[in-house]
Amino acid sequence: MGSQGGFYQSKEFLDLVKSIGEARSKAEEDRIVLSEIETLKRRISEPDIPKRKMKEYIIRLVYVEMLGHDASFGYIHAVKMTHDDSLLVKRTGYLAVTLFLNEDHDLIILIVNTIQKDLKSDNYLVVCAALNVVCKLINEETIPAMLPQVVELLVHPKEAVRKKAIMALHRFYHKSPSSVSHLVSNFRKVHIMWLHLFQRLCDNDPGVMGATLCPLFDLITKDVNSYKDLVISFVSILKQVAERRLPKAYDYHQMPAPFIQIKLLKILALLGSGDKQASEDMYTVVGDIFRKCDSSSNIGNAVLYECICCVSSIYPNPKLLESAADVISRFLKSDSHNLKYMGIDALSRLIKISPEIAEQHQLAVIDCLEDPDDTLKRKTFELLYKMTKSTNVEVIVDRMIDYMIRINDNHYKTEIASRCVELAEQFAPSNQWFIQTMNKVFEHAGDLVNIKVAHNLMRLIAEGFGEDDDTADSQLRSSAVESYLRILGEPKLPSVFLRVICWVLGEYGTADGKFSASYITGKLCDVAEAYSNDETVKAYAVTALMKIYAFEIASGKKVDMLPECQTLMEELLASHSTDLQQRAYELQVVIGLDAHAVDCIMPSDASCEDIEVDKGLSFLDGYIQESIEKGAQPYIPESERSGILNISNFRNQDHNEASSHSLRFEAYELPKPTMQSRIPPASLASTELVPVPEPMYPRESYQTPVPSVSLDAGSSELKLRLDGVQKKWGRPTYSPATSTSNSTLQKTVNGITQVDGASTSNSRTRETYDSRKPQIEISPEKQKLAASLFGGSSKTEKRPAAVHKISKASSHVMEKSHVPKYSMEVASEKTASVQQPPDLLDLGEPTVTSTSPLVDPFKQLEGLLDTTQVASAVNHGSIAAIESPDMMTLYADTPAAIRNSDLLSGLSNPSIINMPGDTTTTQPMQSSKGPNLKDSLERDALVRQMGVTPSSQNPNLFKDLLG
Amino acid sequence: MIKAVMVMNTQGKPRLAKFYEYLPVEKQQELIRRVFAVLCGRAENVSNFIEAESIFGPDSRLVYKHFATLYFVFVFDSSENELAVLDLIQVFVETLDKCFKNVCELDIVFNYSKIHTILDEIIFGGQVLETSSAEVMKAVEEISKLEAASNAITLIPKSASGWRSR
Repeated sequence: MGSQGGFYQSKEFLDLVKSIGEARSKAEEDRIVLSEIETLKRRISEPDIPKRKMKEYIIRLVYVEMLGHDASFGYIHAVKMTHDDSLLVKRTGYLAVTLFLNEDHDLIILIVNTIQKDLKSDNYLVVCAALNVVCKLINEETIPAMLPQVVELLVHPKEAVRKKAIMALHRFYHKSPSSVSHLVSNFRKVHIMWLHLFQRLCDNDPGVMGATLCPLFDLITKDVNSYKDLVISFVSILKQVAERRLPKAYDYHQMPAPFIQIKLLKILALLGSGDKQASEDMYTVVGDIFRKCDSSSNIGNAVLYECICCVSSIYPNPKLLESAADVISRFLKSDSHNLKYMGIDALSRLIKISPEIAEQHQLAVIDCLEDPDDTLKRKTFELLYKMTKSTNVEVIVDRMIDYMIRINDNHYKTEIASRCVELAEQFAPSNQWFIQTMNKVFEHAGDLVNIKVAHNLMRLIAEGFGEDDDTADSQLRSSAVESYLRILGEPKLPSVFLRVICWVLGEYGTADGKFSASYITGKLCDVAEAYSNDETVKAYAVTALMKIYAFEIASGKKVDMLPECQTLMEELLASHSTDLQQRAYELQVVIGLDAHAVDCIMPSDASCEDIEVDKGLSFLDGYIQESIEKGAQPYIPESERSGILNISNFRNQDHNEASSHSLRFEAYELPKPTMQSRIPPASLASTELVPVPEPMYPRESYQTPVPSVSLDAGSSELKLRLDGVQKKWGRPTYSPATSTSNSTLQKTVNGITQVDGASTSNSRTRETYDSRKPQIEISPEKQKLAASLFGGSSKTEKRPAAVHKISKASSHVMEKSHVPKYSMEVASEKTASVQQPPDLLDLGEPTVTSTSPLVDPFKQLEGLLDTTQVASAVNHGSIAAIESPDMMTLYADTPAAIRNSDLLSGLSNPSIINMPGDTTTTQPMQSSKGPNLKDSLERDALVRQMGVTPSSQNPNLFKDLLG
Repeated sequence: MIKAVMVMNTQGKPRLAKFYEYLPVEKQQELIRRVFAVLCGRAENVSNFIEAESIFGPDSRLVYKHFATLYFVFVFDSSENELAVLDLIQVFVETLDKCFKNVCELDIVFNYSKIHTILDEIIFGGQVLETSSAEVMKAVEEISKLEAASNAITLIPKSASGWRSR
C-alpha cells in the first residue's frame, strides 16, 4: 500500500493546493479560494455525485474553511455524509462536522441519531469515530441521550474504545459536571478495577488506566479530600511504572510510560498538598524517580520537573528538597533554553519552601534575566516577583520597569506594570521612592494601569508620612510637584498620569512658594490645551486652576488670570460637556468671591478633611414653605405615590398587574412623558438645576406605577431623589421608604449636593476634595507596616506580606464602616458624606459592614507584631484612646465639620475601631519609621552609586537581589 | 487539556488547524495569525515555549517546534507539562514521518484527512491518548485498510484509478 493509501485526492484538489501555495499575495489566494468555493457550490448540489467525489468535495471545503473562508453552504452535505454506511464516507463526514460545527449548531440535531446508532456499531472503528464526534459536538442537553451508551462502552473488548469512552466521559464532565456526577463513583470504580487488574497482570492494558487518570486529575483538583484514600494505590501504580513493570510497548525513549508518570505525579502533588501523612506515603517513590530518571532525554527531564513540582507541593521533606535542588541546578546549568526555563519555573516553586536555594543560583538567574529569549526573561521576572522582599525591591522593580519600557506587547506590559505597582506598594522602602517608581510606571504604561493606582498615589502625596512629620510631608510634596513639572515637558503623557499631575499641581503647586501661581496655572493651561480632546484631563486641569486661584485669593493676593487661561475658560464655558461647563462656571464664581468666602469653600491643603452634608436639606425649609404658600404641590415620596395610585386607580384591579405594566384605559390628559411624573412639583420648584419640565397636571395623571426597580435604576440620573431623606413635607401618615438601600442613600446625597442652589460650587468641590479621606488612611499605615514588619529578615518575607494585605483589607472595611456608623450616630439628620464621587475614587458599593470583621484583622496583626511592640501598641492604644476626644474636637473645629456630641462620643469609644483604632496600630510604627526611611534612602543612593546597570556583573547587585 | 494544534509553514500559511474547543472561523484565523507573528519573530536556539496568555487567554501555554518549513504548535493549559508536550510534538512528527517516509510540507498539504486521522489517534478530545508512534501507526493503518475495503464494496469507480496515487 502506498503512502497515501485510502486517502486519495483528485488532481483538481492537488491543483488547488498547489496554486494556493504559489499565490504571491493574500489577495491572489483569496481569489483562488473564492473561485474554488463557487465551483464547489455548483458541484456539490449536483444530483448523484459518487460518494468518493463527495468525500473529496467535503475535504476541499474543510481546507477552504481552514484558510479562513466561509464554507457553511456545505455543512449540510457533511452532515449527510455521516449517515452513510461506508466507513470511509462516514469518517470523512464526521471529521468535517467536528471541524465545521459547534456544539450548539442547529444541524447537530440531525446527527445525534446517527451517533447513537454508531455507538452501538459492531465495527469498533465506527464506534471510535462516533466517540470522537461525541467529544466535540455534544452539548449539555444531548449528553443524557449519549451517556448510557458511552458508559456501556467502558467495558468494550477493544482497549482503544475503552480509552476513548473514558475520555468522552471526561469531556462530559467538563461540559456539565452535574450530568455525570453519578458516574464519579464509576470513575473510581473503573480506576480501581484497572488498578486491580493492573496489579494482578501487568500486561492488562495500562493505557486504559492511564486514560482514567485524566478525569481523575480533574475530579481531584475539584475536591481533594474525597480521594485521599486513593493515595496508596496511586503510589503503588507509580512505583510499578517506575520499576518498569509495564510492557515494553509503553516505553518512550527508554522511559517507562512517562506520560502516565507525569499524570500520577500531578495527582500526587494535589493529594499531598498540606497533608503530612499522605505526603509521607509518597516520599519513597518520588525519591526513587529522582534517582532513576534519565536526565539526558527530554522526556526524562519532563518527569524530573514534575517531581520537583510534586515535592514543592507536598509536605516538605528535606531529602527530596535536596534532590529537587540538584535537578534545578542541573537544569539551570544546561545549555538548553527549555531546561533553563523549566529550571526557573521549578525554582520559583521551590523558593516558597526553601528561600535559601535561590542564593546558589543567583548567577544563573541573572544570566536568564539577560538572555535574549523573551520567554525565559519573562519567566525569570516571575521568579523575581515571587522572591521580592523589602531588601531587594528597588533592584527588582527597577529591572522590571526597564524591561517594561522596552517591550511593545500591551498584554504583558499591563501585567508587569501591575506587578511593579504591587511590589512597590507592598515593599516600598520610602515614599519618595514609591512616587518615583509610580511616575515611571505611569509615564511608560500609564493607560494600562488601573485607575486605582493613580488614586493611591494621589492619596499618598496628600497624606504624606503622617501627621507628626510636616516637614517631610511638604518635602515630599514639593519634590512631587517638581518632578511633575519636569515630566510635563515630555510629549504624549498617558491620561491617567496627567490626572495625577493636575491634581497634585492644583493641590500643592504653590504650597511651598517655590513656584508662582502664574507659572503653575500656565502649565495647567498648557496641559488643557495640549490634551484638548481628553475631557477628563481637562476637567482635572480646570479644577486644579480653581484651587490655585482660590489659594491665591484666600492668601489675600490679587489674582489676574493669564490670557491663555481666559481663552481656555471662554472655550470651556461653551463646551459641549456639561461637566466642563459647570467647572468653568464654578471657577468664574470662585474668582469673584472675597478671601473669606473662598477660604471657606476651598481651604488650603484640606483634601484629607471630612465633609458634612446636610442631608435633610433643612436650609431649604423656608423656601419650601414659601413655595407651598404660593400654591405649589407638597412633596409626596415615591413609595406613597404608588400607594395612592394603587388605591385610587381601581380600574387596575390587580395590584401586581398595575405594578408590572402601565396600560391605561382612560384617555391621556396631556401628552407628557410618564417618566417625568416621578418628580413632584414641589421639589421641582425648589430645584433650578434639574432639567426636568414641570408637570402641572393633576395627580391622576401620574398614576403610572413606578416599580421599585426602575426607581433604583433612575437613581443614577441627575434628578432630585428624596426617598430616604427625612420628610419635610407630605402626608405624615405615610412612613418613609424603608426599603431604600444604603447605596441609594449615598447617591441621594450626591444628588442633593449637586442641586443645592447657592452653595453648589461649594459643596461640589468640597466633596471632590474631602471624599478622598477614606482611602487615604491606607497608605501611610501600609508604609509604616512595611517599615516595621519587613525588617529585612529573609525567612518571613511572605508572611508579613499576607498580614499586610489583611491590614489593607481591614482598613478598607474600616473606612466603609464610617458610613453606616455616622448615619447611625447622627440619627439620620446629618450625615458625613464619606462616599466619594465616582470619577475620583472607586471604593465599590458602600455596604453596611458589621463591626465584628473590624476587630479580627487587627488582632491578627497584633499577634504578628513583636511582643514588645504589642505591649507598646497597647500602651499607645490606651493613650490614644484617652487622647482621642481631643483629636475629635480638633476635627470638629474644621469649618465644614459640624458634628454633634453624639458622633463624638461614638467615635471616641475605643471599642469601636475608628480613630483610636488607627492610632493603636500606627503609633508603634511611627516610632520606628524615621530611621528606617533614612536607611532605605541611603540604600537607594548606595545602589544607584554602585551602578546597577543591566550589563554589569556587579556583585553588589546579587547581594541586593538575592541576599 | 490541549486546546489547539496548529501546523503552519514558515510563511504563515496554515496547514492544519484543530481547536479542541469551538472557535468561530474568524477567531481561528486571528489566532493563527497572532501565533505566527510571535513565532516568526523568535530566534533560533531559544526555548520552544511562549507565553500565550495574551493570545489564548488565561492559563494557556504554547509549545512549538520548527521542522524544515513547518511550525508545529500545541496550545494547552496548566494540566500538561511543557517538556512532555514537546515530546508529544515529537511523537506526532515521528508518526507522520513513518507514514509518509520523510515527511515534508507537501505530504501534509495533500493528505489533509489522513493527518487529521493521525492526530485524532494521538489527541482525543483535548487529552493525550497515545504516545507511541508505533501504536498510532497501527491504528491508522487499520482504519485505512477498513476504509479501503468498505470503499471497494460500496463504490464501483469507473475513473477512480486516476485518482488513486498508489
